[in-house]
Amino acid sequence: MSTSEQVNDDTASSESVHQNQYLTFLLGDEEYGVDILRVQEIRGWDSVTTIPNAPAFIKGVINLRGTIVSILDLRERFGIESVEYNDLTVVVVLRVKGTDGDKERIMGVVVDAVSEVYHISEEELKDAPDLGYAINMDYMKGMATVDEKMIIVLDIDHLMSLKDIDAMEKSGSVLTEG
Amino acid sequence: MSIDMSQFHEAFFEESFEGLEIMESELLDLDVGAGDVEIINTIFRAAHSIKGGAGTFGFMNVSEFTHVMETLLDEMRDGSRGVTQFAVDSLLQSVDVLRTMLEAARDKTDVDEEMVAERYATLEAILKNEGGEAADAPASSAPTQEEVSTAPGNNSGWKIDFVPHPDLLMTGNNPVHMFKALQEIGELSAVVNLDKLQPFTEGSPEDLYLAWELTLTGSATKEDVLEVFEWVEDECDLSVASLDGEGKAAPEPEVVAAPVVPAAASVAPAPVAATPAKKAKIESKQKKTPEATSIRVGIDKVDEIINLVGELVITQSMLDQAGDDLEALADSVSSDGGETQKANAEILLRLSKGLAQLERNTRELQEGVMRIRMLPISFVFSRMPRLVHDLSSKLSKKIELVVSGEETELDKTVMENIGDPMVHLVRNALDHGVETPDIRVAAGKPETGTLNLNAFHQGGNIIIEIKDDGAGINKAKVLAKAVEKGLVSEDDNLSDHEINNLIFAPGFSTADVVSDVSGRGVGMDVVKTSIAKLGGTVSVSSEEGKGSTFTIRLPLTLAILDGQLVTVGSESYVIPLIAIIESLQVDRKRINQVAGKAEVYKLREHYIPIIRSREVFGLEDDTRDLHDSLMVVVEVEGAPAGIIVDDLQGQQQVVIKSLETNYRKVETMSGATILGDGTVALIWDVNGMVNVHKRKLNRNTTRA
Repeated sequence: MSTSEQVNDDTASSESVHQNQYLTFLLGDEEYGVDILRVQEIRGWDSVTTIPNAPAFIKGVINLRGTIVSILDLRERFGIESVEYNDLTVVVVLRVKGTDGDKERIMGVVVDAVSEVYHISEEELKDAPDLGYAINMDYMKGMATVDEKMIIVLDIDHLMSLKDIDAMEKSGSVLTEG
Repeated sequence: MSIDMSQFHEAFFEESFEGLEIMESELLDLDVGAGDVEIINTIFRAAHSIKGGAGTFGFMNVSEFTHVMETLLDEMRDGSRGVTQFAVDSLLQSVDVLRTMLEAARDKTDVDEEMVAERYATLEAILKNEGGEAADAPASSAPTQEEVSTAPGNNSGWKIDFVPHPDLLMTGNNPVHMFKALQEIGELSAVVNLDKLQPFTEGSPEDLYLAWELTLTGSATKEDVLEVFEWVEDECDLSVASLDGEGKAAPEPEVVAAPVVPAAASVAPAPVAATPAKKAKIESKQKKTPEATSIRVGIDKVDEIINLVGELVITQSMLDQAGDDLEALADSVSSDGGETQKANAEILLRLSKGLAQLERNTRELQEGVMRIRMLPISFVFSRMPRLVHDLSSKLSKKIELVVSGEETELDKTVMENIGDPMVHLVRNALDHGVETPDIRVAAGKPETGTLNLNAFHQGGNIIIEIKDDGAGINKAKVLAKAVEKGLVSEDDNLSDHEINNLIFAPGFSTADVVSDVSGRGVGMDVVKTSIAKLGGTVSVSSEEGKGSTFTIRLPLTLAILDGQLVTVGSESYVIPLIAIIESLQVDRKRINQVAGKAEVYKLREHYIPIIRSREVFGLEDDTRDLHDSLMVVVEVEGAPAGIIVDDLQGQQQVVIKSLETNYRKVETMSGATILGDGTVALIWDVNGMVNVHKRKLNRNTTRA
């Protein structure tokens, strides 16, 4: 996950320090973690421009200093009941690698709030148990316990894969051919 | 010493293709009979650098092939061979072969060996067939010079005095490599001269104190020998003298870098041949310097700067609004009286002045950066003389090409994509437009037809005109054909202009004979589609018997688009202005239902489909009464369609941003842009809108 070529310019010198560091955020009572080297920035929720015919969890696109960035609602992505956005609602802007070898993209995820930065070693990161249909295991890198709390570490490349988005759009959309 | 040469390949290919273009255009300029030495030199130089590069990078087939061309050119240059039409044509064809070889080398594909061998043989044949060809050469000097050029072949070898300067090794050159290269062209024996060798305790280990006396036997020419030392000619003293057959060294050793000795009539033949060539070489070197005023920069770097400047413009426009507020604030503050207040007002005014200046600078910067991507259209026009040259002989027509406005600039990406459509139009004009000489004479026109290529700027567009003085479009024939193909009906009252432009309809071809030049039934519609892809249009005007003019209108750049802002639901969208025919208010009486679902609108004499944008975007089931709604009539692949929008806003020039960079393709959208207030607006792809609309209709019908 955290190979050197994905390192931000400003963190490149202290790469080893950041190894295995995870930014966590909240969705309801659950705490999720993402590799901190993939986080480009954290910003407050701001209105978006909707994209016609996109799946519901794609909220739309924003202007991130001249670049068009799509925004994904993680609650809706996981099928958790959605809540009204408030002052704490944040957008975590991530650098995502395509799972099918396409180039790096920048995408934002809407979460309830950002929580902490934890250091989780490889040993502490446990395989998640098979939860059956509830959650697609591909999206999870593993689970860890920090300060008595359980943290679900996400594999954002799989989570944000547009292949899956395409598939969901096809099955759920009115745009299906014929 | 292994350097990864592949990293330089790209530059080599780029330069070689440029070289080929130069060769081609100069060959076309070359007058048969009296070859201009300067032109031949330019061609020779281009060939020579391709040969050198190819040799360095190990594309031996390319360098061998170029070598033969070079030999031929060399003989033309020193006057020992006349410039014949046959030789020029052969060289032109060789340029094509060379291009194929280079493309194959670049793409790492196989080259058609047979074609190369054939061309190679032709060139060799020309080279051998000296007597016959030389008849065209200036009679006075030809015989002697011919002997001269063959002289090196009879020569048994060369005596080479090679005295490197001590710093030769520092420049990365290695004498051993040169000796190896010499061994490849002949039998080499070397005697080292240790006179200058320093005592072990003195002298630098990195300096070279050796000198060599080399004897090269074999059929190598002096040029071959000099080429080996080409890279070090400034770092050594070199003299190359001929050993003639009896072992008597011919006098007149020549120092490479030294000024050329004027050739006196009494001097032995060998140096005479070499002298004019060398002189020309030196002259041309000096001439070349002022041209080197451009640098190669990757297009991605330029695009990055364009993006950054785009952001700067948006930031600037935000500041600009704040600046207006500042001035108002300054006014109110200063009128409140008080010394400190006045000082504050002063600061505010200075700030707003600074902002005004920033605006000016930003605009200039943006214009400047945009111009980096702009290239003169001569890059495309320069392909045409060759095309006309080849086609006119193939079609046995006499055609003069007149080009103007070559310096008109347009965006590189547009340029890359306009070449093929233009070639198609030029082919078409030559094939169908301009008549054969006998027909022309019979029609009272000059025997030679004229094809005009013209380019100029008009508004934010570039206009390219392709004009011939040929037969023009036969309207009756076009109309008959269009009726036959069911494109129009006989009682459609079409204007002359409309009839002429029917030739752009898909599947339309009026050529009586399907030739291999043009007229395979696909053609003009493809031209129209590819131009439309660039956001441009093409139209034709024609007068029977007088000729036709094709007019291509293109945006100057693909980075900016003129758009109409519209509202649908809660969002603003941009419709490319070029796609819009008109906007109107819907009249209920003109709406008709077809099969209970599809709606059509009677627009003057035609029925056009109505597309409810809300429905296409899946916002809601739009069943509103459309009376008084706003409809934008757009043209999609030649057919109009009416798209219902909620509101029309202003027209605006927008900077196009990709949606795909960080998301993916959206069928109904061609991209996105950032409006003045910093929000994102999506840009419609009207084509995609129509497709989605059709699919929805299909789905509804199959369900019902």
